[in-house]
Amino acid sequence: MNIQDFINFLVYGTAIFLIIGGLYAVLTKKYLTKIVIGLSIMDAGINLLLIAIGYTYKGTAPIFSPAVEGKTVTMVDPVPQALVLTAIVIGFGVTAVALSLVIRLYRHHNTLCIDNIKNLKW
Amino acid sequence: MIWTLILLSLMAVIMIVATIVAIRQKDLLIAVFATAAISLGLSVFYFLLQAPDVALTEAAIGVALTTVIFLITIRNTKRYEKVNKAGQCKE
Amino acid sequence: MKKYVAVVLLLFFGYYLLLSFLQLDFGRADERMAVSKDYLHESVATNKVANVITSIVVNFRGFDTLGEVTVLFLASTALASILYRRNKPGVKVPKERILTSASHLLHIGAKVLFPISIVLGAYIFIHGHLTPGGGFQGGAVIATGVLLMILSYRKFHVNHNIVSWVESIAGIAFVAIGFTGLIFGTSFLENVFPVGTLNALMSGGAIPLIYIAVGFKVGAELIGLLDNILLNNKELKQ
Repeated sequence: MNIQDFINFLVYGTAIFLIIGGLYAVLTKKYLTKIVIGLSIMDAGINLLLIAIGYTYKGTAPIFSPAVEGKTVTMVDPVPQALVLTAIVIGFGVTAVALSLVIRLYRHHNTLCIDNIKNLKW
Repeated sequence: MIWTLILLSLMAVIMIVATIVAIRQKDLLIAVFATAAISLGLSVFYFLLQAPDVALTEAAIGVALTTVIFLITIRNTKRYEKVNKAGQCKE
Repeated sequence: MKKYVAVVLLLFFGYYLLLSFLQLDFGRADERMAVSKDYLHESVATNKVANVITSIVVNFRGFDTLGEVTVLFLASTALASILYRRNKPGVKVPKERILTSASHLLHIGAKVLFPISIVLGAYIFIHGHLTPGGGFQGGAVIATGVLLMILSYRKFHVNHNIVSWVESIAGIAFVAIGFTGLIFGTSFLENVFPVGTLNALMSGGAIPLIYIAVGFKVGAELIGLLDNILLNNKELKQ
């Protein structure tokens, strides 16, 4: 296993571990705040996966600063970066609305366990 | 190259440990700080993968604002997750 | 039992996800860049913007960004309306937030750091087309500075009128700059202002103007969101 394969495995492995961990928390936890924490971890993993797809070896950041002017340089893919820039801000908005719903549910039911919130079950 | 690799491995270890802590910890305050540690490691990852814009966004929003919003929620609700070993609620 | 089923299923899912992503060569994105090459070229050739990501976010996909700030505005509004609590008549709501009063260290530190964080945020979104950063990051930094003040002084209140006015004017400015492209050019958000030279502060035509508007809008939205989630949770004193 050479060094590039190891970096390859490291980056994708970390991203997929984050996705799987967040999904596990969403599926098995019963506590509402924990579920929102799982959603936020999953969001982070997907963002890392998108950035990793756009990476180029020996590439520079896509900024034509005076240091690279006039030289031929390879640059990393800028489109996933613009996408992830948007996704992080939207993810913050999603987390904020989810947590406000959690606070509202706590005020109404005085509990945070989803087993005890049975108003919609029959 | 070798220093990049060492920093990348260190951050990957920090993120994996922080994920496990954030999922398994019963004290939600510690879980939220573990989420902040994930964001910090992610920020370094973005910087090493040549995405400084995204690293700046993650450092400003993921580390600071998301943590604060979680902390406000915990202040207004409960701090400890009260479940037993099988995952059933105790309250 | 349910937990073990979930673990087994997730391990399967993760294994095949990892296997399929390992087929995709890491670090070979330059071979499969299609539209990105045009973006990299056009950003320097026609827009004269050094930071290609700014060029994509504000110009090539500017309509997307307009939708994004709208989503953030909707999130802020939804949060305020979900957490709204009508005051009961006869119960006096205290004017101060119920926070434990901060230590002397935090008072002095917040006083020193608040102007610095405002200036840093403004620098980040004014130089968005030259250096990493831009409207979203600058707005978040400004919101962090205001949050520090809210946390350390119990009587510090954000004026909601000013915040909503700043937000509305910034949003209108974004749309107005978009319509100049429609009037003097061919499409919405087209860059019709004169572009200067690469790597100068006055370059890029409409792009820095739009990013400054986005910075003000995002900053105002995040400040309103944080203030709402703190303010609407006053526990009523007995």
